Amino acid sequence: MASDVAHAHDVHAHEEHHEHHDTFITKYIFSTDHKMIAKQFLITGILWAFVGGLLSILFRLKLGFPDMDYSWLKPLLGKWVAIQDNGTGQLDPEFYLAMVTMHGTIMVFFVLTAGLSGTFSNFLIPLQIGARDMASGFLNMLSYWFFFASSMIMLASFFLDGGPAAGGWVVYPPLSALPQALKGSGSGMTYWLVAMTLFIVSSLLGGINYITTVINLRTKGMTFSRLPLTIWAFFITAIIGLLSFPVLFSAALLLVFDRSLGTSFYLSDIFINGQALDHTGGSAILFQHLFWFLGHPEVYIVLLPALGITSEIIATNARKPIFGYKAMIGSILGIAILSFIVWAHHMFVTGMDPFLGSIFMFLTLIIAVPSAVKAFNYITTLWRGNIRYTPAMLFSIGLVSLFISGGVTGIILGNNALDIYLHDTYYVVAHFHLVMGSASFFGMVAGIYHWFPKMFGRMMDEKLGYIHFWMTFIGVYLVFFPMHFIGIAGFPRRYYEFSAYAAFRDEVYLNLNSFISIAAAVTFGAQLIFGFNFFYSIFRGKRATQNPWNSNALEWTSPINAGHGNWEGQIPFVYRWAYDYSKPNCEKDGFTDFIPQNVPYSMTPHSNLPHENEMIELEKEEMIPHDTTLETLSLLAKK
Amino acid sequence: MNSLIITLIVVLVLAVFLIIFRISNLASILRSKGKDNEEIDTTANNINAYLFLLLPLLGTIAAFWYASKHATLWGQPDAVQHGAAYDSLSKIAHIVVILMFLVTNAALFYFTFKYRHKKDNKATFYPDNLKLEIVWTIVPAVILTVLVFAGWKLWRDVTKEAPSNAMLIEVMGKQFNWIARYSGADNKLGGFNFRYTDDINEMGLDFTDKNVNDDFQATELHLVKGKPVRLQIRARDVLHSVSFPHFRQKMDAVPGQPTKMWFIPTKTTEEMREELRKNPEYLKPDPNTTKGKPEDVKARWETFDYELVCQEICGRGHFSMRMRVIVHDEDDYKKWLAAQKPFVETNKEYVAKKIEAITKTKAGKVSMEDSKKVSKTN
Repeated sequence: MASDVAHAHDVHAHEEHHEHHDTFITKYIFSTDHKMIAKQFLITGILWAFVGGLLSILFRLKLGFPDMDYSWLKPLLGKWVAIQDNGTGQLDPEFYLAMVTMHGTIMVFFVLTAGLSGTFSNFLIPLQIGARDMASGFLNMLSYWFFFASSMIMLASFFLDGGPAAGGWVVYPPLSALPQALKGSGSGMTYWLVAMTLFIVSSLLGGINYITTVINLRTKGMTFSRLPLTIWAFFITAIIGLLSFPVLFSAALLLVFDRSLGTSFYLSDIFINGQALDHTGGSAILFQHLFWFLGHPEVYIVLLPALGITSEIIATNARKPIFGYKAMIGSILGIAILSFIVWAHHMFVTGMDPFLGSIFMFLTLIIAVPSAVKAFNYITTLWRGNIRYTPAMLFSIGLVSLFISGGVTGIILGNNALDIYLHDTYYVVAHFHLVMGSASFFGMVAGIYHWFPKMFGRMMDEKLGYIHFWMTFIGVYLVFFPMHFIGIAGFPRRYYEFSAYAAFRDEVYLNLNSFISIAAAVTFGAQLIFGFNFFYSIFRGKRATQNPWNSNALEWTSPINAGHGNWEGQIPFVYRWAYDYSKPNCEKDGFTDFIPQNVPYSMTPHSNLPHENEMIELEKEEMIPHDTTLETLSLLAKK
Repeated sequence: MNSLIITLIVVLVLAVFLIIFRISNLASILRSKGKDNEEIDTTANNINAYLFLLLPLLGTIAAFWYASKHATLWGQPDAVQHGAAYDSLSKIAHIVVILMFLVTNAALFYFTFKYRHKKDNKATFYPDNLKLEIVWTIVPAVILTVLVFAGWKLWRDVTKEAPSNAMLIEVMGKQFNWIARYSGADNKLGGFNFRYTDDINEMGLDFTDKNVNDDFQATELHLVKGKPVRLQIRARDVLHSVSFPHFRQKMDAVPGQPTKMWFIPTKTTEEMREELRKNPEYLKPDPNTTKGKPEDVKARWETFDYELVCQEICGRGHFSMRMRVIVHDEDDYKKWLAAQKPFVETNKEYVAKKIEAITKTKAGKVSMEDSKKVSKTN
C-alpha cells in the first residue's frame, strides 16, 4: 500500500515536470487533460446550440407569419430566399426542410450528446471518482477532434449548392437516398453521412474511455455504491451509447451503399422523375428499425446525464441527501435496459404487424414507471429541505417540471391506439421538445452554472442567471405548451405552411402559431444573456472559492485551478457516499451541514449511523494509515 | 402587421440587452463592496421561491382558460365508426395525465416554495423509505396497465381485418399528389408493376391482368356513408403517409411494401357541414377567403372538406400534398359512379400497344432463357 502512495507521488512529480513545458498547442488545442477537453466540448456545444437555435427561429418565422416578407434575410440566406415579382421574398420550401433537419441533427447530436455528455462526462468522471485523468488521454483527445471534424463537415454542408441534408433528422430513405427526390439528398446528404460517421467514432472513443475510467480508476474507497449519481448516469449513458451507436453506423453504411454502390438494402420498386430505378427487394422500413434502435436509446443518452446532473445539484442545494439513492440507480438501470426494447413505438403506423405494435406498447408504457420513480424521488428530495436558489438549482427544478410535463404525454403517445391520430403531429413535437429537448438542455445549463467555478475558477453572475432562468423557463412553456393544442388539431410536422388544408385554416390556429414564434424568439434572446454571462465570466467573473456550493463531492477537494493530474499530492480517499447533507448531530463533529466524501467515519463519531460505526474498524486498518490528506482535513474540521 | 410584430421582437431583444448592461453594472458595483459570499442572499432567494409559486399557477390558469375558451375547436370533428371510442379513450387518458401533471407539478413547486432557505433552518436527513418507493412504483404501474388495456382493445378493433363487404380502393402517393384507384364492379384490383409506369399509366397497371379492366382512377377519394372501405396503400417514389384526421386513421405509404387500413365513414360531407354550422368556431371566416372581395368570404363550415393529409416528409411539396375526400350517401355515390370510366376504356389504343409490348418482352425472355439452356448443353 505504501508503495502505491509513493507511486502516486511519483506520477504527480512527473506530471508537474511536464506542465512547465506545455505550449499553447498542447495546453489548449491538442490537450490530453480531461478538463481542457471538456471545455472544448462545452464551447463547441454552446456555439452549435446558438446555430441550432437560430435555425429554429428562422423557420418558426415562416410558421408563425406565413405571409412574411423574407427579403430582409436575403443577406443571410442568399439564394434560398426567392424574390417574387412583387418584390417580396419567399423562403424556399426545400431550405425550410433543410433548416428543420439541421436543427434536429445539431440539437440532438452536437449539442445534447457531444455538448452535454462530452462536457460533463469528461469533466466530472475523473474529478468525482478521484482519478488523475481519463484512462486514455490520447483517445479522449481524439474523441474531441473527431467531433470537431464532424462539426466542420456538417457546417460546410450549409454552403453546398444543393444545401444541407433536408429529409428530416431521421433521414428516412428513399427520400434521403435519392438526389432526384430532394436537393438536400445530393451532396448535402453525403456530407451528413460522413459527418455522422465521424461523430459516431467520436462518441465511441469517448464512451469506451468513460466506461474504462469508471470501472478501473476509482480512488481508494470509491465503491460503486458510493458513486455520485452523476457518475452512475454518465457510466450507464456511455454503455447505452456503446451498444446503440454502432447500429446507427451500420444503418448509415447501408445507406451509403444504396446511394453510391447501387445496392438495394432500403430501396425497392421506385419510379421517380420519369424513370424506374433498378433497385428491388429492399425495405425502407428496415432503415427505420435500425435508426430507431439507436434513436430511442439516444433519447436516454441525452436525458440521463441531465438527470444525473440534476440529482447532484438538487441534493446539494436542498441540503438533503438525494431521496432513494438505490432506487435512483435502479431506475437508471431499468430505463437503460428498457430503452433498447421500445424502439418500434416510433413506427406504429408504418404497416408493421398490429400484434407487434401491441407488444411495443406494453414495453413502452413500462418505461414510464422508472421515469415516474425518478420524478417522485426528486420531489421528495426537496421536501423538508433548506433550499438555496443558485441558477443551477433553478434550472434543475425547471428540469424536473419539464420532465414531468413532457413525460405524461408520453403515456398518450405510447398508447398505440391514440398514437394513430397523433403520430407525426405537433403533439409529438411538443412531447419530445419538453421531455427530451428542453429537459436535457436545462440539465446542461444547470451543470454549466454549477461547475463553472470548477472549470474556470470564477463565478458566473447570479442575477443574470436568474433572469436567464425565468425567461427560459417561461419561454419554453409558452413555446411548447400551445403545441399540444395544435397537435390535437392534427397539424403535421415538417410542414412549410398549412393553408392548403381546410382543416387547419382557422384564425385561432394562426394566432397560436404566431404566439409560439414570438415566444421562441424571445426565449432565444434570453440565451444571449447566458452567452454573455458565460464568456464574460470566464475572464471577468468573481473569483471562486474552493467549494462555493458547500458540496460533498470529491471534485471540490481539488485546487481551484487544478492542473493536469487534478490533485497536488495524493488523491483523497473516499470514506462515505456523496450525500451526507444535514446529517443529525454533524455539528457536534465540527461540520456545518455537510460532510465531504473524503472524511472518515472515525472523524464523525456523533453523526454516524449504526452501520457506519461498523465501518470504522475497517477504515482504520485499511485506509487511514495511508491517507496523507487527513492532516489538513482535521485542521479544516477544527476551524 | 408583420413588420409591427418584427419591430416588437427587435425592441424586446434590445430591451433584453439593456437589462444585461444595467445589471452587469449593478452587479459589479455590489462586487466592489467586497462582501463575503458565505451569507445567502435571502431576498433573491425569496423572490425566486415566490415566483415558483405564482408563475406556474398563473400559467396553468391561463392555459385552462384558453383551452376551454376554444374547447370545440381543438380536436378535428370525427366522422368514423370508431371515432367515439377513440375520442372517449383520448379524453379519459388526457384527464388521467392532466391530473398527474397537476399533482406532481403542484407538489414540486409547493415544496420548492415552502422549503426555501431560512436562516437557522436545517434540512431533514431523509435518505430513503422503502414503503414510499414501493407505493409510487406500483400506483403508476396500475394506472398505466388500465390505460394500456383500454388502448389495446381499441387498437385491435382498428387494425383487425376489414369486413368482407368492404369497398376496396387503392391509394398511391407520389411526389406530390395522390391517386386513387377504385376496384370497380368486381371489387378486385388488377395487378401492377412499377416498371410499367409512365406519364399515362401513372400507377403502372399491368393490362394483361383481367382484373384491371374495370378499375378506374381519380384524384379525389369518394366514399359511401356507412359502408366499410378498405384502402390498399402504396408509394411510387418515397415515403408518404395517408392520414385522415376526421376518420382517426393513419398509415404510411411505403415504396415496395404495400400497407392497408380500413374504416367506416359515418357522415356525408353535407351532413358534416350542417353539423359544423352549429359550432360557433366554424362560423368564423376561412382565412383563405378573406383576402379577396368581401362577397367571396366564406365561413369555415362552408369550406369544410374531409381531407387526406400527407404526414410523412416527402420533399418540396410535402405541405401541399392533399387529396379531397368526399363522403356520399348511397344514391349520390351511384350517380358519381355512373360517370366514371375504367382506365382501359378511355385509353384503348395505349393499352393495346402496351399489352403487345409486354407479351413480346415476356416471350423474348423465354426465348433467351431457352437459348441459354441450349448453349449450356452444348
